[in-house]
Amino acid sequence: MNRPSIASPMTEYKKAPRIVIRGLRKHFTDIARQEEIVAIDGMDLDIGENEFLTILGPSGCGKTTLLNIVAGFDQATSGAVTLDGEPIRKPGPDRGVVFQEYALFPWLSVEQNIEFGLRERRIPKAQRRERVRKQIASIGLSGFERRYPQELSGGMRQRVALGRVLANDPKILLMDEPFAALDAQTRTIMQQELLFVWSAERRTALFITHNIEEAILLGDRVVVMTARPGRIKEIVRVALPRPRDVTSAEFNQMRRKVAALLEDEVQATFAALEGALGNVSG
Amino acid sequence: MTVLPVTVPTSGWDSARIFAGARLVVRRVIGPLVVLVLWYLASTHAWLDPRFVPSPVTVLQSMQEWMFGQSGSTPYSGTWLQHTLNSSYRVFGGFIIAAIVGVTLGCLIGWFRLVSDLIDPIIQMMRPIPITSWVPFAVIFFGIRDASAFFLIALGAFFPIVVNTAAGVAGTPKLLIRAARMLGIRRYMILPRVVIPAAMPFIFTGLRLGIGLAWVLVIVAEMLAVKSGLGFVMWDSYYFLRMDIIIGAMLSVGALGFLSDLAIRLIGRWVLRWSHGL
Repeated sequence: MNRPSIASPMTEYKKAPRIVIRGLRKHFTDIARQEEIVAIDGMDLDIGENEFLTILGPSGCGKTTLLNIVAGFDQATSGAVTLDGEPIRKPGPDRGVVFQEYALFPWLSVEQNIEFGLRERRIPKAQRRERVRKQIASIGLSGFERRYPQELSGGMRQRVALGRVLANDPKILLMDEPFAALDAQTRTIMQQELLFVWSAERRTALFITHNIEEAILLGDRVVVMTARPGRIKEIVRVALPRPRDVTSAEFNQMRRKVAALLEDEVQATFAALEGALGNVSG
Repeated sequence: MTVLPVTVPTSGWDSARIFAGARLVVRRVIGPLVVLVLWYLASTHAWLDPRFVPSPVTVLQSMQEWMFGQSGSTPYSGTWLQHTLNSSYRVFGGFIIAAIVGVTLGCLIGWFRLVSDLIDPIIQMMRPIPITSWVPFAVIFFGIRDASAFFLIALGAFFPIVVNTAAGVAGTPKLLIRAARMLGIRRYMILPRVVIPAAMPFIFTGLRLGIGLAWVLVIVAEMLAVKSGLGFVMWDSYYFLRMDIIIGAMLSVGALGFLSDLAIRLIGRWVLRWSHGL
């Protein structure tokens, strides 16, 4: 198995990395089955200034756990995670999270959802109004300010979720399979819009996905994870210029390469699953 | 970027809508009408002893006298409004107390583990005890006065309100709390800004159950522990076998209970307007 080198995995970025992860381990205790589950088993990773990093891995490989630790929702069992040199201890507005399930406040309208962070951080009202208005325009939801999330399509809801986070002007965007629940067409549109927002505002982004094409389309680098226990199998640099053409020969070559890396891990996940099922029925 | 237009159903008054509306009204009126006709036939054909079940016509006449008659001309003449106001006042007062205490305590129980561990067992222990069994204590401590009714009504309505509120608060999706935290909410604002709005559907369920119980209990309280109100009239008229007045009082309570439930439902519909079609 390919183990990542312990030496700094990022040499190509000149600026200091914003997120630094060293020796990250995360264990869970499965109370029902009385066993320790190792979600992340030693991880070193740097995320550079304005870098778009995608994390690709089979289900259960600990990629969401990684995001939860960076977000501050979960605590690492051991190891260090820092943002601009500061250890991460709890969630905060400097790390905006976009969830797969949108997680909008259903009792608040579009504009109130986007205003939520600003209001809770006691930004003056006049300033809030202006930021909210601009943000709604930039996510293309002008005219929908008074609508409730219940009245919006999945794609529109995810735009609100993105706008709500961007209104806070975070240092880093954390996205946990944000488009997985959308249909293929909407997903493509959302990917393009996300890239547009990202390149217009140049932000650091950590994007979790199990979709190979999405990982390559969006990422400056693609981190391929192993099956549980989660480690970094390989970091693939995507040197293709944007906008990327998913039908081009270069893109497909990249896709084949990443798919081959992922194949073993998907197999391993299945084998583990079958083993577990075998244990239950046997 | 293209934005899809959202079509809203148009609201107009065309003939098809009027017809559909009329059909709905007819369908909903048929049931009560059948009951009324059967009741009338039962009295005219003497299937039931009219001394015990007076005819709807008698009830209507008695109601009229009770509501609008010259006070003093018969024992109940013209006293309806006073009794109804008395009962409504007690229901309203008791319910408000129950709502304030129930929602507050429910939030604390649902949100703070310590409060739940300390208070919830007491509530679960007291909840199955019929409120009627508190009547002797109410009379001893509060006397034959409004306070007794307030106490009984508030106690009865408190339980569904506190239990539903606590369940709603405890069931707040963890994801929404995470979302609020990553957006920079201060810890003590999570309860008012996220948890309580998320629990609102449960709180309103509790309030509706509570107002229903309040009308049950005001009658109990007035029969046993107060000397006015619709419940008192029922008990008093029973001694004189004025079954017409009893039925009149029953209908009054039914109508008032329906109206107060409707009021809460309308307030709830406005507060929960975000959840339409959920």
